[in-house]
Amino acid sequence: MTAISMSSPRAIAWPVILKEAAMTAFVALLLTIPLVGLRTVDRPTGLGLETRWNEVAAAVGLVFLGRLGLCLIREGHAVTVLVLAAAATAAGFFIAMPTEALRVILIGGGAVIAIRAILAIRTGRSKLSQAERDKRMDHIAAQVQHASRWLGPIAVVVALAFPFTPLADRQLLDIGILLLTYIMLGWGLNIVVGLAGLLDLGYVAFYAVGAYSYALLAHYFGFSFWVCLPLAGFLAAMSGVLLGFPVLRLRGDYFAIVTLGFGEIIRIILINWYQFTGGPNGISGIPRPSFFGIADFTRTPAEGTAAFHEMFGLEFSPLHRIIFLYYLILVLALVVNLFTMRVRKLPLGRAWEALREDDIACASLGINRTNMKLAAFAIAAMFGGFAGSFFATRQGFISPESFTFIESAIILAIVVLGGMGSQIGVVVATLLVIGLPEAFRELADYRMLTFGMGMVLIMLWRPRGLLAHRDPTILLHGKGGAGGPAAGTAAAGGQGIAGGSAK
Amino acid sequence: MEYFLQQLINGLSLGAIYGLIAIGYTMVYGIIGMINFAHGEIYMIGAFVALITFLAIGTLGITWVPLALLIMLVASMLFTAVYGWTVERIAYRPLRSSPRLAPLISAIGMSIFLQNYVQILQGARSKPLQPILPGNLTMMDGAVSVSYVRLATIVITIALMYGFTQLITRTSLGRAQRACEQDKKMAGLLGVNVDRVISLTFVMGAALAAVAGMMVLLIYGVIDFYIGFLAGVKAFTAAVLGGIGSLPGAMLGGVVIGLIEAFWSGYMGSEWKDVATFTILVLVLIFRPTGLLGRPEIEKV
Repeated sequence: MTAISMSSPRAIAWPVILKEAAMTAFVALLLTIPLVGLRTVDRPTGLGLETRWNEVAAAVGLVFLGRLGLCLIREGHAVTVLVLAAAATAAGFFIAMPTEALRVILIGGGAVIAIRAILAIRTGRSKLSQAERDKRMDHIAAQVQHASRWLGPIAVVVALAFPFTPLADRQLLDIGILLLTYIMLGWGLNIVVGLAGLLDLGYVAFYAVGAYSYALLAHYFGFSFWVCLPLAGFLAAMSGVLLGFPVLRLRGDYFAIVTLGFGEIIRIILINWYQFTGGPNGISGIPRPSFFGIADFTRTPAEGTAAFHEMFGLEFSPLHRIIFLYYLILVLALVVNLFTMRVRKLPLGRAWEALREDDIACASLGINRTNMKLAAFAIAAMFGGFAGSFFATRQGFISPESFTFIESAIILAIVVLGGMGSQIGVVVATLLVIGLPEAFRELADYRMLTFGMGMVLIMLWRPRGLLAHRDPTILLHGKGGAGGPAAGTAAAGGQGIAGGSAK
Repeated sequence: MEYFLQQLINGLSLGAIYGLIAIGYTMVYGIIGMINFAHGEIYMIGAFVALITFLAIGTLGITWVPLALLIMLVASMLFTAVYGWTVERIAYRPLRSSPRLAPLISAIGMSIFLQNYVQILQGARSKPLQPILPGNLTMMDGAVSVSYVRLATIVITIALMYGFTQLITRTSLGRAQRACEQDKKMAGLLGVNVDRVISLTFVMGAALAAVAGMMVLLIYGVIDFYIGFLAGVKAFTAAVLGGIGSLPGAMLGGVVIGLIEAFWSGYMGSEWKDVATFTILVLVLIFRPTGLLGRPEIEKV
C-alpha cells in the first residue's frame, strides 16, 4: 500500500514542467538551427545552402515532448508516459517520416524514455534507495562473474561446435571471426587497463605492428604465417617495451594522451614511409595461412604442397579456410583468456592488481612499478601483435586506414563498458558493441552515431561498466575468513591510477 | 631571412588557433580534472557554424566584409557555446562523482557522436570556400607577404586573450571560476554555484574554440567533419606543454606548437610535422611533466 502511495500521482505542477520543457526545447532549437536547419550543398557555382526547417521543428517538438515525458516520470506518471513512449517508438517504426534521421531520433528517444519509465515504475514500487539499487546491480554483476565458471566452458563448447551446425554459413562465420578478433583484443587490452590499471589509448598501434610485421615479412622474405605469428608477437612486444619504457613513469591522463600520440605516430609512419610500407595504399596480396604448413586451402595447390581437402578426403569447399580461420582466432583468444586467468593467481598478476588499486603503496612495499607495468604493457602488446597478424592474413590486405584512433577507442570501450578487469564483461560488451551494429547493417550511416551515443548512455547508467567487479583475486584469509572483508575494503579503498573504488 | 619571417608569421597564426582551442582543454582540466575529449569536435562544429553563417548572410545580401565577419564571429561563438553547454550537461555532469575513466569514455563517445552527427547532416565531403578576405600585406620590398587573414587572426586572438584575461582576473565570474579551481567544495560552501561555474567554463571554452574554427575556415578555406580530431590532440599537446591548468601556459604552448609545426614544414617538409608535434609531447611529459608554466603536482597517499 505504501509502495503504491509513493508512486501515486501528485497534483502536477504544469507551469513548472512546461517551463522546463520549453527551456529544453529552446536549447534544442539553438542546437538545430545551424547544423540541422541549414545544410551545405555542393553546387556548380560553389557551396550553397538548403533549408530544412521542417526537421528543426520536428526535432524541437520531439525534444519538448521527451523532456515533458521525463518530467512526468519524475512526478509519478510513469505508466502513462510508458504507454505514450512505446506508442511513439512504434509510430517511428511504421509511419513514414520526412527523413531517416527523424525516424532514428523518434525510435531511439521513444525507447530511451520508455526504458526510463519502466525503471521508474520498478523503482517506485520497490523501497530501495539509489545506493542499494547500485549494490544490487553490483550483486547481479558478481553473480554473472561467478556464473562464468560454468558459463565460460559452455560458451567455449558452443563456439567450438558452431561451425558444424547447419546455421554456420559464410556470413555468420565471418561475423564470428570479427567478434572473436575483438574479444581477443579486448582481453589483451584488459591486461593493461583492467589488471594493471593503465589507461592505454593507443592499443591499435600494436595491432598495426603485428599486422605489418607479418605483411612485410611475407612480402620481402616470403616467410609463412606460422613463422611470422611468433615473430609478429615478439616485434609487437618489443615495440611495447620501446614505447613503454619512457612513458610508464607518467600518471593517469598524461599516460593516456602519450599512448594516443604513439598510436598516431605509428600510423603516420606507416602512411609516410611509402617506399617500405606501401604508404596509404597499403599492402595487398598477403598470403593466406596454410594448414600448419602441411597443406593448402586451395583447389589446386602449388607443386610440392598438399591440398587440405585431398589430405582429409573431403569435397573441396571454400568454407574450409574460413572455418580454419575461425578456429585459429578462437584458439588465440582462448590463449589470452587462459593466460589472464592464470596470471591473476601468480605474483605478477597480483602485483598488477595491487598497482591498480594503489600505486604508491606498491612502491613502498618494494614492488618495482616500472618493471611490472612494462611487463603488462609488453604482454598486452604481444597479444595485440598476434591479433594483428591474424587480421592481416584474414583480410589479405592492410592499410593504415584500419588502424585509426577510432579502433583504439572501440577496443577501450569494450573493456570499460564490460567492466574493467572482467573477462566475461569483455565478451558481453563485444556482442553489444560489435555484434549489434553488425546485426543492424542497414542503418549503416547511423551505426557510429548510435555507437557514440550508446557509449555515453552506458557510462551514465553504469559508470563502472556493465559487469564491474573488482574484488581482488586473492584475499589474505580467503573469502569467508574473518580478515576477508577488512582486507577487501583496504585493498579497494585506495585510489588507483584508473581511479574509482569498489564499494 | 625573408623565408624565416614568413614561416614565423605562419607559425604565429597557427599557434594562435591552437592556443584558443587549448584554453578550453586547460580550463576544463583545471576545474574538474578531466580531458574533455569532445573539445576538438566542438571546434569543428564552430568551423561549420561559421561556414553556414557565411553562406546564410551571403543569401541575405550582406556583402560588406567587416560586418559579415562580425556576424560570423558572433554566430559561431553563440551557437557553438550552446553545443559546449549541452555536451557538459548531458555527458559529463551526471558523472561528476564517478571513477575517472567514466567521463573520459563518455567524452570519447560524445566525440564519436558529434563527428558522425555533422557527417550525416552536412555530408562527408570537404567544404571549400572562396577566400573572404583576399589580399596580402607585403613587407621588405615584397619579399615577405602576409595575408590579411593571418594578420587578422593574430590581432583578434590578442584582443580576445586580453578580454578573456580581464574576465578571469577582474569579474566576479572569473573569481568564482578560480575559486572552484582551487577547491570546489569550499567554493560551494561560500555560496558559489559550482554547477553554474562549470557550465560557464564549458561555454567559454567552446566559444573560444569556435573562434579558432572560424579562423581555420578563413585561412585554409576548406573544412570537413574530421578536422576536430587532429586539432584537438595538438591543442591538448599545447595545453600540456604550457602546463595544464594554466591559461597563459595554454596560449604559450599553442604558439610553440604552431611555430614548431610551421618551421618544420618550412624546412623539413610537411609529411612529418605531426610526428614532430607528438614527439615533443612525449619529450615534454618525460622531462618536465608539469609543462612550461605549470605548478608541480604533489603525490598524495
